[in-house]
Amino acid sequence: MRSSIRITVNGVEHDLEVEPRRLLVHALREDLGLTGTHVGCDTSSCGACTVHLDGDAVLSCTMLAVQANGRSITTVEGLATAGGLHPIQTAFHERHALQCGFCTPGMLMAGAALIEGNPEITEAEVRQGLEGNLCRCTGYQNIVDAVLVAARETARA
Amino acid sequence: MIPTKTAYTRPESIEEALATLADGARPIAGGMSLIPMMKLRLASPASLVDLSGLAELTGIAMDGSDLVIGAMTRHREVAGSALVRAQAGALADAAAGIGSPAVRNRGTIGGSLAQSDPHGDLPAVLLALGGSVEVRGASGSRTIAAADLAVGFLTTTLAADEMIVAVRLPGGAGRSAYAKFHRRAIDWSIVGAAAVIRGTTTTVALTGMAAVAVRATGFEVIVNAGGSLEEAARHAGDGTRPAEGLDGSAEYKRHLAGVLARRATEAALAR
Repeated sequence: MRSSIRITVNGVEHDLEVEPRRLLVHALREDLGLTGTHVGCDTSSCGACTVHLDGDAVLSCTMLAVQANGRSITTVEGLATAGGLHPIQTAFHERHALQCGFCTPGMLMAGAALIEGNPEITEAEVRQGLEGNLCRCTGYQNIVDAVLVAARETARA
Repeated sequence: MIPTKTAYTRPESIEEALATLADGARPIAGGMSLIPMMKLRLASPASLVDLSGLAELTGIAMDGSDLVIGAMTRHREVAGSALVRAQAGALADAAAGIGSPAVRNRGTIGGSLAQSDPHGDLPAVLLALGGSVEVRGASGSRTIAAADLAVGFLTTTLAADEMIVAVRLPGGAGRSAYAKFHRRAIDWSIVGAAAVIRGTTTTVALTGMAAVAVRATGFEVIVNAGGSLEEAARHAGDGTRPAEGLDGSAEYKRHLAGVLARRATEAALAR
C-alpha cells in the first residue's frame, strides 16, 4: 500500500508515491536522487542526516516521508543560492571545517539552523547546539570556528 | 534499517483520531522513540495514526492556577516558554536537555510521557511537580495522576484506544529544577533528579533508578526535617534497586542519585 505525498524540496514541488514505512532520508536519496544527505548511524545518534523541515533542523532518518507530506524541506543541496554559497558553506571551506567530509552535510544543516536569526551566538551555544552531530575525525574545533564565523557573517550580510 | 509495513493516517479531528485508535492504530507523536523502535523492529504497528494534524493538542497556557500543555507541544517550545520557566522550572530544564536540537524540534511532551522510558526525563519531572495527564479514548475522558501513569518498563496505564491530550501541572513551581547525568550529550539520562520547592516542602523524584520514576523519599525526609543537603544526598537512593548494566552498577547509580538530587535542589533554591 502506497501513499501519495507532495513535498517541496529545495523549492521544487515533488509528488511521490511512497510506502508509509519509507524513511524521509530514503525518499530524498533514492526517490529524488539527493544524495547529499547522508545516512550515518541510522539510529538517531549522529546527525549526518539532518535536513530542515519548514526551517527547523530534523533527523531525516527518524522521520517517515509521509510525515513530511505538505511540508517544505531543505537539504544540503538547497543551501547555496544563485547568489553563491551559504555563509556557512564558505566558512567551512575557509576554516577547513571538514576532514573526511561524511558528517559535513549534517553539520552544515544543523549549523545553519543554529545561526539563523542568531548572529551573536556564543561559542558555548554553538557547542551545545551541535551536540547531536558527531564528527568521527573529531574536527570539532574548526567546525565550531566556522559556525561562529558564518554567524557573524550573516549579521554583516 | 527499514520498518515493517504499516498503514498511516493523519486525521484533522480528535474524534477521527480516536476512531482510528479504536480500530487498532498506534498513535505517533514526534516519533523520536517510536520510529527508532520500528527501525529496530522492536515495534511493528500495523497502522499509525499521526497526531500532528490536531492543532488543539498544541499550546501552553494557564487554566486557573494550573499550567496546561498540549500533548503535541514539542520539547523546543516547552524549553523556550517563559510561562513554563516561571511556573515549572524543572520542566523547562528537562525539556531543554532532551536529545539534541533536532530531537527537540520533533519530540513532544505527551509522546515522551506515553513512551515512559525509565531513562526518559519527563516522568520524574511530572511526578515531582505533582502533575497529571488528561486522556481521551473511545469511551470518554479521564485524568491520570503522575504516580498512576507509568507501571513498568515502557508500560503505562493508558489503554490501547486512549491517548494523552494534555499535561496538567499545578503552577507556582518556578523554584524547581532538573539535573541529570549522561555520558554523551545526546544519550538518555543514566540518572536524573527533579526537585520542586513549594513553601518549606521539597519534593524530589528520580529518573533511571527503577523501571518507572520514583520519589527520593530518603532525601525528602531529611531535607524536610531541616537536615543538610549533604546528609540528605547520602540517602537519596535509599530503597532503590536500579538495574545494573553497562551504564553503571546499582551502587554508582545510588551515588548519582544523591549528587543529582542535591544539585537539583540547590538549583531550585537559587531561583
